[in-house]
Amino acid sequence: MNTTNLNCVIIGASHAGANCALELRKQGWLGTIYLVDADEYLPYHRPPLSKDYLSIEKAETSSFKPLFVKERYLEENIILKLGDRVIKVDEKQKSVTLSTGEILDYDKLVLAIGASAIIPPIEGISACKKVRVLRNAADALQIQQDFKTSANKEVVIIGGGYIGLETAASLKKMGGDITVLEREERILARVAPLELANYFQELHTDNGVKIYTGTSAIKIEEKETSIEIKCSNGKIYSADVLIVGTGVKPNTLLAEEIGAEIDNGIKVDANLQTSVEDVYAIGDVAQFYHRKYEAWMRLESVQNAVDQAKIVAANVVGEAQQYSAIPWFWSDQFHVKLQMVGLSKGYTNLVVRTEADKEDCFSIWYFKNDDLIAVDAVNNGKAFVLGGKFIKNNTLVDPIKIADHAIPFKPNNLIKTETNAH
Amino acid sequence: MAKITYITKAGEEIQLEANSGSLMELAVKHKVAGIDGDCGGVCSCATCHVHVAPAFYQKLEAPTEIESDMLEFDDNVTEYSRLCCQIPISEAIDGITVNVAN
Repeated sequence: MNTTNLNCVIIGASHAGANCALELRKQGWLGTIYLVDADEYLPYHRPPLSKDYLSIEKAETSSFKPLFVKERYLEENIILKLGDRVIKVDEKQKSVTLSTGEILDYDKLVLAIGASAIIPPIEGISACKKVRVLRNAADALQIQQDFKTSANKEVVIIGGGYIGLETAASLKKMGGDITVLEREERILARVAPLELANYFQELHTDNGVKIYTGTSAIKIEEKETSIEIKCSNGKIYSADVLIVGTGVKPNTLLAEEIGAEIDNGIKVDANLQTSVEDVYAIGDVAQFYHRKYEAWMRLESVQNAVDQAKIVAANVVGEAQQYSAIPWFWSDQFHVKLQMVGLSKGYTNLVVRTEADKEDCFSIWYFKNDDLIAVDAVNNGKAFVLGGKFIKNNTLVDPIKIADHAIPFKPNNLIKTETNAH
Repeated sequence: MAKITYITKAGEEIQLEANSGSLMELAVKHKVAGIDGDCGGVCSCATCHVHVAPAFYQKLEAPTEIESDMLEFDDNVTEYSRLCCQIPISEAIDGITVNVAN
């Protein structure tokens, strides 16, 4: 395909969109590339939002670790439209209208428009001006400012998922008095098994974070100097900083307006194309069918954003490629690095491996019948890397050997041998 | 100011100069093939694997346990393997050469 006179517009300039722009050049796109985002900052790494960015000294653009330096976009002739919101896509005219009134024509359109924080339906929540979420740089700066100017450093976080827990750890380290309220009976209820949830509950408790599970906030009231959070169990918590981390919803509106098929996200095929011609979707917003896991899914992760950016770039330049990467994730809390590879959903059994000579280091291996489908590794990079290889290569792994920490952690020691294979 | 040489898997030699940041950040900035640094430099993804020239390997601060663990089963690991997001740039590494591993 001769792309010299073609326009590619990418909406959304986070991990997925920015990587897509550079990948397009790498893969030979010669035409114009527009990278548009309502966020005014040069595209930056998002995982530190709940970590380092909360403690940066001065709030300025340079505080956020850029995905790529500005010169890279110039060199690659990528036109950045930062601080510009897309208000309309016209799939018939093949154009995108920005809030400034500018109209960009496209031959190919990539929607990398991400997801937004869910605000749970709690009485008084919308009237309270001090409710914070954590999705972008402006959010992190706002939380940081709230925290710095607060009298008592009393922070309440609604939601005991990864964002909530990472934020709790970061603000605790900064001297906060932190309370996490979780509606479910345990933290990480949707995303981790009991073994892992218990470990993190203990980690936080040991570090002085108060976690209350089975505690559902039902009313929020802004007082003169504090915020009061009433819970269904009758308890009342007081905060001068209130953060909500109760999950996200995909930003599907632009795609809905052009008639693209939507389910839990914008539906895409294996080539990451939506149901609308010449329109693609990648990253947090895209719902795709994963052949290995035989399920439709939408993943919120750096890995998924970056890997989909590469695949979509290939498809946009006309080299058909299908997406089938093995997902991986990480979370840093206090001194603990959690790394996850694969997807554990639908597992039939799991084994926990501790390491004989190391404390605070273990891994959880998830099997679906005989197949290894996921590994969660706590302070254990070996299990993360090797587990990922096993999953990728469909290696038959022996759960009995995995569970036995007397067996040294080497690939050949852990795979199923002829005699016990079935 | 430190001079740094990257040699990509394809044999391309890229010479750069810098005085701060990490070897990974410098490589990403200058588009060194095979160094992605997807996790942003927090030792979580192993997409910045290099082999350090033996003469320099000993001069570097030893890798942390998590870094060694990440490398042990990575593709093309050698005794001179490092994740270059964990190598800060300073005068001390002036003249270093690294080969991109993957």
